[in-house]
Formats: sequence, C-alpha cells, structure tokens
Amino acid sequence: MLLVVEQFLNGLQFGLLLFLLAAGLTLVFGIMDFVNLAHGSLYMMGAYFAATFVAWTGNFLFGAILALGATLLLGIVLEFVALRHLYGRDHLDHVLATFGLILFFNEAVRLIWGPAGLALPLPAWLTVPVAILPGIYYPAYRLAIIVVALAVALLLYVGVMRTRVGMLIRAGASNREMIGALGINIKLLYTMVFGLGAALAGLAGLMQAPILTVQIGMGENILILAFVIIVIGGIGSIRGAFLAAIFVGIIDTMGRAFLPNLLRQVLSSTAASTAAPALSSMLIYLLMAIVLVVRPEGLFPASRR
Amino acid sequence: MAEPLLRVKDLVRRFGGITATDRVSLDVAEGELHAIIGPNGAGKTTLISQLTGHLTPHSGCIFLAGKDITHLTAWRRSALGLARSFQITSLLTDFTAADNVALAAQAHDGHSFSFWRNARKESGLRQAAQAALERVGLDHRADVLVSRLSHGEQRELELAVALATRPQLLLLDEPMAGLGVTESARMVKLLQELRKQVTIVLVEHDMDAVFVLADRISVLVYGRVIASDVPVAIRQNEEVKRAYLGDQHVVTAHG
Amino acid sequence: MKNLNARTAATALMVAGLLLLPLYSQLSGNVFALTLFTRIVILALAAASLNLIMGYGGMMSFGHAAYLGIGGYAVGILAQEGLGSGFIQFPVALAASALYALVIGALSLRTRGVYFIMITLAFAQMAYYVASSLARYGGDDGLTIYKRSDFSGLINLSNRTQFYYLCLAGLLGVIFLIWRIVNSRFGMVVQGLRSNEQRMQAIGFPANRYKLVCFVISGTMGGLAGALLANNTDFISPAVMYWTRSGDLMVMVILGGMGTLFGPVVGAVVYLVLEELLSQVTEYWALIMGPLLLLIVLFGRGGIMGLLGRFSRG
Repeated sequence: MLLVVEQFLNGLQFGLLLFLLAAGLTLVFGIMDFVNLAHGSLYMMGAYFAATFVAWTGNFLFGAILALGATLLLGIVLEFVALRHLYGRDHLDHVLATFGLILFFNEAVRLIWGPAGLALPLPAWLTVPVAILPGIYYPAYRLAIIVVALAVALLLYVGVMRTRVGMLIRAGASNREMIGALGINIKLLYTMVFGLGAALAGLAGLMQAPILTVQIGMGENILILAFVIIVIGGIGSIRGAFLAAIFVGIIDTMGRAFLPNLLRQVLSSTAASTAAPALSSMLIYLLMAIVLVVRPEGLFPASRR
Repeated sequence: MAEPLLRVKDLVRRFGGITATDRVSLDVAEGELHAIIGPNGAGKTTLISQLTGHLTPHSGCIFLAGKDITHLTAWRRSALGLARSFQITSLLTDFTAADNVALAAQAHDGHSFSFWRNARKESGLRQAAQAALERVGLDHRADVLVSRLSHGEQRELELAVALATRPQLLLLDEPMAGLGVTESARMVKLLQELRKQVTIVLVEHDMDAVFVLADRISVLVYGRVIASDVPVAIRQNEEVKRAYLGDQHVVTAHG
Repeated sequence: MKNLNARTAATALMVAGLLLLPLYSQLSGNVFALTLFTRIVILALAAASLNLIMGYGGMMSFGHAAYLGIGGYAVGILAQEGLGSGFIQFPVALAASALYALVIGALSLRTRGVYFIMITLAFAQMAYYVASSLARYGGDDGLTIYKRSDFSGLINLSNRTQFYYLCLAGLLGVIFLIWRIVNSRFGMVVQGLRSNEQRMQAIGFPANRYKLVCFVISGTMGGLAGALLANNTDFISPAVMYWTRSGDLMVMVILGGMGTLFGPVVGAVVYLVLEELLSQVTEYWALIMGPLLLLIVLFGRGGIMGLLGRFSRG
C-alpha cells in the first residue's frame, strides 16, 4: 500500500514535470507556429546550469534561481539570433534546424562539461521525509517539485485564461495581423513567449536534476514523451496537456513499478522477465496508439470545428 | 414529378455560437441549373462543403439520386457522381493542366494500385484529359504547369477537372471569382453548353451571370433559405430585395 | 546532347564513381574507402526509401531509422537462434518491416503535419526502447553477429567487394523501383496527395489508403537497408534506431534534394563523407555540423540537386 502511494506520487511528480515541458512546447507552437526540437536541449541546459551554479554558490535555492535565469536568457538569445528567421517557414525546416541545434548543444556541453554526467546533491533540508498521511512518508524534495509545478501550472492557467496574450494562445493564433491589431509588439511577444517556453523547460530540467543524473542527451528522451503528451492531450490544448501529462506520468511510473509483478502472476517467470521491461517501456506508446485510434484529435482538443 | 437529383433536407451546421446553416432545404431537379446566391457570410461555402463531404452537418440529410449521402466521405461522393470546383483555386500546382485532368479521370477509371506502367502514357487517360480540356477551351495549354496558367485559365481548368470525373451533379463554388469581363463572358458561354449535359448547382455573386443561366435560384441569408424560385419571381421578391438592398452587403455586377 | 545538364552529368559521374570504387580501393590499397562507401551505399538505400514517402509523398516521417533496426534485428536474432541463411533472414527482415510500417502507418496517418512528425518519432523511439529491453538479444549493448547471412554459394557476404556490389545492386534496384512507382498510376496519386490532398479527395481518391501503401513500401525498402547494415557491421544494437539516426536520414534526403531520384544518394554521400572528414579534423565535429544544418535549411532550398538544376537552367 505504501509502495502504491509512493509510486502514485512519483508518477504525479513526473507527470507534472512533463507538463512543464509540454506546456512550453505547446506555447511556442501555438503562438509562433514553431516546432522546437531543441526544447529538450533547453531542459538539459537548465539541469547543467543548476548543477554548476549550485556548486559555485553552495546554495541550492540560489543556484536554482540563477539556473532558471540563465536558461531564460539562453532561450531569448537563441530566438533572437537564430530561430526568429524561421518563423513562417515549413515545419520541416523547423525540425531540421532545431535538430541541428540539438547536435550543437550536445557537443557544446561535451566540450564544456565533459562527457561524464554531473550530479546535483540536495541540501539536507530537502531530503527529509515528510509525513503526508499518518504513517506514510514521502521525500520533501519530490513534494516540493509537485508544489512548485502545480503553482506554475496555476499561473499558466490564469495567464492563458485571463490575459489578452492567453486569449491568443487559446485561439491558436499565429496570425501576425491579428496580433498586431491588438496593439501588441509582435517581435517582443514572440521573444517573450519563447523565453517563457525556455524557462519552463529549464525549470523542469533543474528540478529533475537531483533525481536523475545530469547528462548529455537527457533532453531528447524526455522531449519525445512531451510529444506523446501533446498528441494524447489534444492539439493546441494546454488543459489537455496538463491532464495527459499527469495521466502519462502516473501510468508510466506505476506501470514500470508494478507491471513486472503483475505479469509474473500471469506468465511464466522467464516470459515475464523478458516481456516486462519491453512492455513497460511500450506502455505509453500503446496508450498513444489507442488514443489515435479512438480519438485522433486527442482527448481534450482545443475546440475547433 | 421525377425524384430530384439532389435533395437537401433541414441541414444544420453550427460553429460555436453561430448557426452557419440553419435548416436549409432545397431540391435540384435533373438537368436543372440551380443557383445559390446570398450576401457575404450567408454560409454558401459552408453549404457547399457539407454537400461535398468536407464538412459534416450536425443534423439534416442530403440525398443524391435518392441515395442518402449525408455521412459519406468526400471521395465516396465523387465516386457517386458529385463533382465540385473550389472557390479558391485548388489545383495541383506542380503538375501540368493535362496531368491534373488525367488524374481526375484516373480516379474514376478503376483502382490506382498499379505500380509499374507509366501513367502518363496511358492513352485512355490522356484522351479523356484532352477531351475535357477541349470542352473548356484549354487544349492548347495542356502541357503548361498550373502555376504558369493565368487566373482565368485556372478557373477553367477547375471546371475541366470536375468534368473529367464524369459527374451527374456539378457543384461550382464561385467559378467567376476574380475573372475580368471577357473571361466571365467565356465562362458563362461554357456553362451554357455544360448545362445541357450535366446538372449544375452554382454558387455565385455575379448577378448578371446568375440571372442569365439559372433555371431556379435559392437565396441564402444568415444560413437560411429565404426564397427558392424561378429568376423572375426572385427578382420581384420583397424579402430578397431587402436582404440585398437593406443593411446587408449590396452585390453589384462584377468588374 | 539535348538532355545533358549539370544534374544528369553529376548523377552519371557519381554512379560511375560508385561502380568503380572497389577497383580504386584495390589499386590504391585503401580498404577503408571500401568499408566507408559500403556504409554510405546502405544508408543511401535507406535515404532513398525515405525519399519515397517524404519527397514524393509529402509524409515527413521522423522515425525511419526504426526500419534499420527492424531489418538488422531480424538478421541478428535469426542468426543468434541458429537460422543463418540469408534466404530466411532477408525475407523476414522485409516482412517485419512491412508489418511495422502497416501498423505504425495506419495509426500515424490519422494525423497530419507536425503531429505526424511527432508520432512517427515517438513510435521509432518505442522500437528503440523495446530493442533495449531485449536482454536475450543484448539489450542496450547490442548483439554481435558472428556469421554474415549465408546465401549458400550464390554470393559471399564476407568478401568485401562482393558485399559492396550486393549493396550497390540493392541501391540501384531500389531506385529503379522507385522510378517506376513514381511514374505509375500509384505514384501519380501519391504525388498528387502531396500537392493538394483536399483536391485529390474531391476528385475521388481515398487518401489514406494510398498513403499507407506508400508508407509500407518505403518501410520494406528500409528493412532491406537494415538487413544489409547488420551484415556490414556484424553487429546490431538499439542505437541504430535512436531518433537522431532518423534525423540523419532526413538530412540526407533534404540535403540531396527531396523528390529527386538520386538526391538521397547525393545527400548520403555528401553528408557521410563530410562527417568523416570533419571527425578527422576535430573530435567536436558536431559543433560544426549542427549550425551547418541550420544554414542549409535557411539558404539551401531544394538541396544539392536543386542547386545543380539552377546551374543547368542559367
């Protein structure tokens, strides 16, 4: 029972992190119609910056905030220097260009930080187990992630639902005239949105850093999950991304934890030990496949037609 | 009284809070040229899209030669003999005029899961394409890339493509859109000839053309059919006059 | 000499070069060139199969490397289980790839545009993870193939030159098939769907059926490349399917010129030779490749073939 609760919370935490990543992607795609494969690289940079700044300053919170700022800055510079020239082009061009960026970032990181991964140790006050229910303890840090991510999600929700910019996101606007007609400086808006997306990715990266190793290529694996979430959640829908992310996070984590045992009840031991890891890793994609068959536009698409 | 070729019954289509198609009913007899007119935003293209299968109505039915096609996909309706031209020219721009028409003929000449023979050398398809191009007067431009054709020629090509599918019913969405005086006159002449061979539903803004060509006219305002009658009666219809001359957009002759 | 232009000349030169390569390798003693170009030819085959759906069909698949893995693992797994005959391994590789393409295609084609890209990417990564979890077949570390596919005397894959010519024959054969397909009724439909799907539906073509069949053909050809690749390296691992490999294939197709017959070959040759040269210059060649890609996208419309085409017109 304890294990179930723990895994459930782990799944929730993972899902929320995935949401931060997916939200950033959806924002950039929704406003600028730009597919950013290098989003995963920004996630990675957030983690690397955090590991470095925390080591420099010796203070976890301070280092994390610096890392967030650095990633935001990186995103803005990237947009300004390179990516803004790609707006309005074919999505394939975006895919290729940002693919090139991934290669570049991975190599740059290897050059600067070396090929071995980094570790980001947690300060003592974050490693204490917290009693969330009588007799059930959960690591403070993971709890903190859940809280922070939920807070950010709430902020995003308010921002998307209550501001003019948010209205544009909901309308799936990538129409420059319309945006201009609302009296908004387009270039500035685009840069800000991209920066926000980068910050979200960086936040996810730095929060995840203490839990997983900080290493080259960490962005790509999780980026694909973000794609899956966007497809499952629904095209253009941040609410959909939120629900889908939680769903995916929980299913993935609990699936990996409990599926091998479940299978062992049903199949022979050898069959189970071969099938279990394969099936666990496939679970999310199977889910995506089912959604595609039943509702290709996603579970909670932004209402269009 | 023969079964109408096209029967639309109480068609409804909403977009969020707007009812774009509000219980539209109309009948088109075989051999008729039926025009649909209405101010901008009346929902004419929405109606056409539902007739061709690109949009699904929320309620109501559509019958083609007695067969319920309301929920059939676009390509199935094409197979049943329903062809359309697009309001905004929608051709295969990196192909030649002949290629475009030949493809349309190919769609109705059995299956296309043939992987070896060169399709451009199939005489049957090429001849059908040539014939359709001749009908609209474009045979001398057969091997020109669509992107190099003039706007008027592209509109005529749209017609040729639709004809190559050997339709029973031709849905034309503003075929005169963007045409000058001479080109429009050509198009009207073309349609005069075509109507002898195929039933036509024509959506148009060009009133001169409409009153010359149409056997019957339906007037669409805010998604509703406010009148459906012979041209003479429509001209004298008070509601129609109000709709056009009142606070709606006034449609004048093309220029 | 009416049709002799820069593109045709370059293509002819390149094909001649590929045909004569083993001779050069023999005369100069440069064995490395032969191994390098065997790999290039195999990847060119994979790129050509991708070009069929991307360049001609307009379906931007970011998961094509999966077929390299499927074809490769078919050979590897069968070899491990004692079925060393190429006459079994290769058909299985093709069949497995076709099946994967059928299922993934049917699912992925329910989406369009960037979502299609994401989904094909996701499914390929799924294949990667599944392969990584196959402990019996090496998992993450991969699977060594101790004996190359046995074609019982017909051809000896362990002989470098014979193997090279087999791969080259495969490449040229596939390109020939693509040439026939593209100009056939089927090819016309697929190209039309790339150009304007709505129009094609309006004239009576069920789009998804044709796209799916195209997808399956492309995947099957990719599986052939995979089977050859596994033989080439005597090894197969999930890394072959990692999504950046799919990206590499896409780059080759676009670099060479999408929708041209020999574009993917040109793209593969240029990309891989460049990669090889750069990596000899610096360990951090990707630092250069990355921005290079960006620049190509920004300025290089139509790829190399497109560039050559402009020379022959001007």
